[in-house]
Amino acid sequence: MNNDKADRLLTLYRTMARIRAFENAAEEASRGCVAAFGSSVTGTASVRGPLHLSTGQEAVAAGVCACLDKSDYLTSTHRGHGHTLAKGADTTAMMGELFGRATGTNHGKGGSMHIADFSVGMLGANGVVAAGIPIAVGAAHSAKIRGSGQIVACFFGDGAINRGPFLEGLNWAKVYELPVLFVCEDNRYSATTATQTMTAGAGAAARAESLGIPAVSVDGNDVLAVHEAAVQLVAEIRAGFGPRLLHAVTYRVKGHVSVDPAAYRDPGEVEAALASDPLRLAATRLAALGIDVAAIDAEAKAEIDAAVAAALAAPYPPPEAAFTDIQDTGAGQWQ
Amino acid sequence: MAVMSYAQAACNALASAMRADPAVVALGEDIGRGGIFGQYAGLQQEFGPERVIDAPISEAAIMGAAVGMALTGMKPVVEMRVADFALCAIDEIVNQAAKNRYMFGGQGRVPLVARLPIGIWAASAAQHSQSFEAWFAHIPGLVVVAPATPADNHALLTAALACGDPVIYMEHKMLWGMTGEVDTTATAKLGKAEIVRPGHDVTLVSWSKQVHVALEAAQLAEAKGLSVEVIDLRTLWPWDRATVLGSAARTGRALVTHEAVQAAGFGAEIAATIAEELGIPVKRVGAPRIPVGYAPTLEAAAHVPAARILDALCKLKPC
Repeated sequence: MNNDKADRLLTLYRTMARIRAFENAAEEASRGCVAAFGSSVTGTASVRGPLHLSTGQEAVAAGVCACLDKSDYLTSTHRGHGHTLAKGADTTAMMGELFGRATGTNHGKGGSMHIADFSVGMLGANGVVAAGIPIAVGAAHSAKIRGSGQIVACFFGDGAINRGPFLEGLNWAKVYELPVLFVCEDNRYSATTATQTMTAGAGAAARAESLGIPAVSVDGNDVLAVHEAAVQLVAEIRAGFGPRLLHAVTYRVKGHVSVDPAAYRDPGEVEAALASDPLRLAATRLAALGIDVAAIDAEAKAEIDAAVAAALAAPYPPPEAAFTDIQDTGAGQWQ
Repeated sequence: MAVMSYAQAACNALASAMRADPAVVALGEDIGRGGIFGQYAGLQQEFGPERVIDAPISEAAIMGAAVGMALTGMKPVVEMRVADFALCAIDEIVNQAAKNRYMFGGQGRVPLVARLPIGIWAASAAQHSQSFEAWFAHIPGLVVVAPATPADNHALLTAALACGDPVIYMEHKMLWGMTGEVDTTATAKLGKAEIVRPGHDVTLVSWSKQVHVALEAAQLAEAKGLSVEVIDLRTLWPWDRATVLGSAARTGRALVTHEAVQAAGFGAEIAATIAEELGIPVKRVGAPRIPVGYAPTLEAAAHVPAARILDALCKLKPC
């Protein structure tokens, strides 16, 4: 491995470590957050409501977002912390949002499922599967009309390819040759259902290719492989060749939401997945180069611990904020 | 002042907005050839296919793309062809367009105008005839507009394009060919109703094409000695409580009529508000809760004719 590549791996590892630390802290703060999967609400959780963790999927967010400029756009899913962080959002503001505080990226109005940071082009996570796809296509169409040179990275899961907006959005992007990178972050589960059992045909890449959109499949736990594939696809998109799709196969280490023990999975499957954990793979490679990641991990944990402390100390939004940012036409007419 | 059709008035308003602001674009099925009602006639020739965008038959993607455009600095006008088809884009309207500004904490706005033509379109049966305005009036974040005349279709579309909020703009399919004087310099304020016929015995509130049926009923009532004040609501959200309550306070009786199904229609909201605020007698006259049938006899059963309104008026004040 040459020096450039080692530096790149180190940078990507740092992003992954920050995402992992963020997800671990969010998970800890969410215990007792929601009544589902046999768990009940304890009333003590700082992160309330459903929390969808991307633990184990960090390589996809890190590898793709490292190819994007700050001015490029990104749309995400209900499992969107990693994408948001990797796009450059501030972790203190992100954690504040998960804690529902006025200091959050969305001033407490969205929470984990709707996290957004327009200052870094992150146009929002989405509580509806596949709903971000047409929005990404529209942002790409807007960039093309304005001649801004921006591109859009559109993340969605493997479950999303069974929804209509996937077909409608990809078709539109190809018809108008829009600058968008579709990223199917395939964690192999649609909530609690194995996606494969519910999906006809050969999956995301084949569906894209059927529309004339070039697609590349990659080991989504190998951050260098993800990054190299994304670099190539992004270069083609920036050169004006139209949309591309990256199918990155990874694994959802946690349950659908943080309180889901995911007992419906084969323990052997989980064990195998943990053996190819993206941070572990990257750390092993770095160790072979004589680089110890312990300091990076510690630094990431310290950053996120500080974000948690700041979130805990921050106020909730005042009740009157419930009546702002809705619509200007007729504002004040609530009945 | 020029004589224009309801469709031409909208086309004229959109063309003016597109000339004034390069951020305004239109997207929808068939609009490059002027739209199926001619409401985009000549626009692609003038502004090019980049700004008058022909879309595949993909309502979810049309509306979703418009949200993405709006969040990134454009002002899209979305054509849904008939309101019934917008149900294929209901997530994009309700969960995305209406919610994004709020749920992102004000980081982005969605200044789009979604045109959803409503109403019974002769012999078009159950899936091309519905009036869904109450659905959208129910959703925080949406403005809902329903113009009844060519002049209003110019002035209200111009106002909708300028307002910066997501607007559900509901033209009526049977009004496209209606002609009238249009002052293209006239402005309208969203949320402002208009008293289109003064009277002193009963207040009669309506909107869209049903305003014309209400006026017909008011004429019939006059022959029976009943003076009816007719209000064209024009905007359903925000609705003009001051004008409606002011009129109802003067007349002491109120009736709301709409082409939509009466049960859980927007007339219920207005009637309830008048009753709560003024404690006066109120009535509603809307369509029965049946799908619109194809045969002329069945279609007629779904209409709300002037005779039914007259009956209700005479129940409020015997005539």
